[in-house]
Amino acid sequence: MSTELTPILSKFWDHPQSWTLETYEANDGYKALRKALDQPAADLVDMAKGSGLRGRGGAGFPTGLKWGFLPPPDGGPRYLVINADESEPGTCKDVPLMMAAPHFLIEGMIITSYAIGCEHAFIYVRGEVVHVYRRLMKAVEEAYAAGYLGKDIMGTGLNLDITVHSGAGAYICGEETALLDSLEGRRGQPRLKPPFPAVAGLYARPTVVNNVESIASVPPIVLNGKDWFTGMGTEKSQGFGFFSLSGHVTRPGQYEAPLGITLRELLDMAGGIREGHQLKFWTPGGSSTPIFTDEHLDVPLDFDSVAAAGSMLGTRALQIFDETTSVVRAVSRWTDFYAHESCGKCTPCREGTFWLKQIMERLEAGRGSQDDIDKLVDICDNILGRSFCALGDGATSPITSAVQYFREEFEAGMHTPASELFPPQRSTLFAKETLSA
Amino acid sequence: MSQHEQEDMRSQLDEATERRVHHSVPGHSDHGPLHHHTPLHPSDEGYPAEVLAKMQADAADLISRYPQKRSALLPLLHLVQSIDGYITGRGVQFCAEQLDLSTAEVSGVATFYTQYKRHPNGEYTVGVCTNTLCAVMGGDQIFDEVSDHLGIGHDETTEDGSITLERVECNAACDYAPVVMVNWEFFDDQTPDSTKKLVDDLRDGKDVVPTRGASKVCSFKQVSRVLAGFTDGRADEGVGAGPASLEGVKVAAKNGWTAPAAPTTSDDEGAEK
Repeated sequence: MSTELTPILSKFWDHPQSWTLETYEANDGYKALRKALDQPAADLVDMAKGSGLRGRGGAGFPTGLKWGFLPPPDGGPRYLVINADESEPGTCKDVPLMMAAPHFLIEGMIITSYAIGCEHAFIYVRGEVVHVYRRLMKAVEEAYAAGYLGKDIMGTGLNLDITVHSGAGAYICGEETALLDSLEGRRGQPRLKPPFPAVAGLYARPTVVNNVESIASVPPIVLNGKDWFTGMGTEKSQGFGFFSLSGHVTRPGQYEAPLGITLRELLDMAGGIREGHQLKFWTPGGSSTPIFTDEHLDVPLDFDSVAAAGSMLGTRALQIFDETTSVVRAVSRWTDFYAHESCGKCTPCREGTFWLKQIMERLEAGRGSQDDIDKLVDICDNILGRSFCALGDGATSPITSAVQYFREEFEAGMHTPASELFPPQRSTLFAKETLSA
Repeated sequence: MSQHEQEDMRSQLDEATERRVHHSVPGHSDHGPLHHHTPLHPSDEGYPAEVLAKMQADAADLISRYPQKRSALLPLLHLVQSIDGYITGRGVQFCAEQLDLSTAEVSGVATFYTQYKRHPNGEYTVGVCTNTLCAVMGGDQIFDEVSDHLGIGHDETTEDGSITLERVECNAACDYAPVVMVNWEFFDDQTPDSTKKLVDDLRDGKDVVPTRGASKVCSFKQVSRVLAGFTDGRADEGVGAGPASLEGVKVAAKNGWTAPAAPTTSDDEGAEK
């Protein structure tokens, strides 16, 4: 039987006032909080572990385990920081979630804060989405007014403040330690680990950093029980998540489904590749995950199956490209992105992405040299695993995977510009009628 | 306009000319890491007393939201942009004084983040996404046509000061590609023509409505104030979700698919083992 969608976080996004506390409460909102506050905090950590929830921000680290890594309370502050710096190319799930139903995140934060003993939590939202910031501020205001935040929450003696913090445009701040430095008012550069944030995070205090979707998933898990959650998905990738389809697909959008669904199933739901075209390549989880091709239509989109097929589930950001698209052009642009966003802290990434960019530009222009492909692969080999954080690793993924699957297009880059082989107009959404040939 | 700002504008113009020449080199794109920026000038002129008093009150409010005051630096820099329209020398000085930092420390942070402008910004930042997916879906063509239409390139401002054009990186709206951002509000599913009309309307002073966002695009300074952490009462404007965000919900409704029901237990309190 084919996989069915499971609208949970997106269930009432079509409500005309979906973002308000009133709508949220009419859809079981804040019931999970009441249930959570009736339990010992340690039980909530166990529940998170037992649910198998793995981080939805890309790395897939078990959420409950992260909570459990905090050292025993020493009387000092402990922090929860939400990573809402959604910037991985192709990733577009947290922003619509926070715009349409921000209270999932707020309720999840209150429950998590109780579970880990935190009295001041932060949402670090990227600065380039002002309306999302407005909605978050409003949701926090409503939660204070309803007594879900502040002092003595619902008469339990618990205190929690939430500060919504706007970033200022830096992809690297999605890396959790760079995010913490940024939140401390510094340049957003990653820290050497260990110590991990659980031990020395924000202001060198024990800190949990979780993705928006991970924490927004907490209220439904608390409300329905961990067995409900583990009943969805696969053995090692439990539960549900957003699958974000974009690009040359008939109906791009957000599809909330159990982990383990396939691209073939998702494309069926989304009306297939745009009419008259075929799938060429796609990313399973953003630009930092090695690309897949039409060979991979039936790979179950769960952590292990995608890894076994040579990529990563990442953020389930499925960017779909049809046969009109030049792989070299696509990869060249991603390489520009990594070079632009490299924070400059470590040499392999700072210098390496800059070299990669120059070679990709040559190849895209049809002016590549004989040894450019080997040089690309060699530089990637020297960045991967040798840079300070995952940004450097991510920069190599599109290149090495594209060379693996489409080497001949890189070879063509030694004599023919990508724009001749693949006229860019043919790929656009709006020029198709003028180029029916 | 202060003498300092005039000077700044002039150096900006020189720089723009230089950059255009630079970019005429074949194969060289303006997408690279080697940005050429106006330095942050120290200002001779401080803020007028009443402006300063308001800024100090705002700063105190922002600082009170954090356990350690340095955390208020990013919000304070947004606040500076809400007054000056970019990161001025006097703004750097102001932040340094509020947070007991050196001006070098503040500049070091301000120059790290792309939303902090090093020269006077237009009233509207028009950012065309030219990261891979949007570029392929038409973003490159949109950028080129709008750039020709306005006669300015990346990170340049029209002479009337109304529009600063930028290439922006992925803005988390890929299911609405190609995407254009105006002062960080979403304009989804754009075409070269729709974007040219958009910039014309902005220059004509017409109210422009984002696809998903407030009921009109606010000015760069107004939006900077929101990003600093001061609400503008517009949270309830606009849609909850755009059409692409609802595709999955629609498919599920059509097929009668829902999330599984919670396992039945004798009572609600006992649902967790």
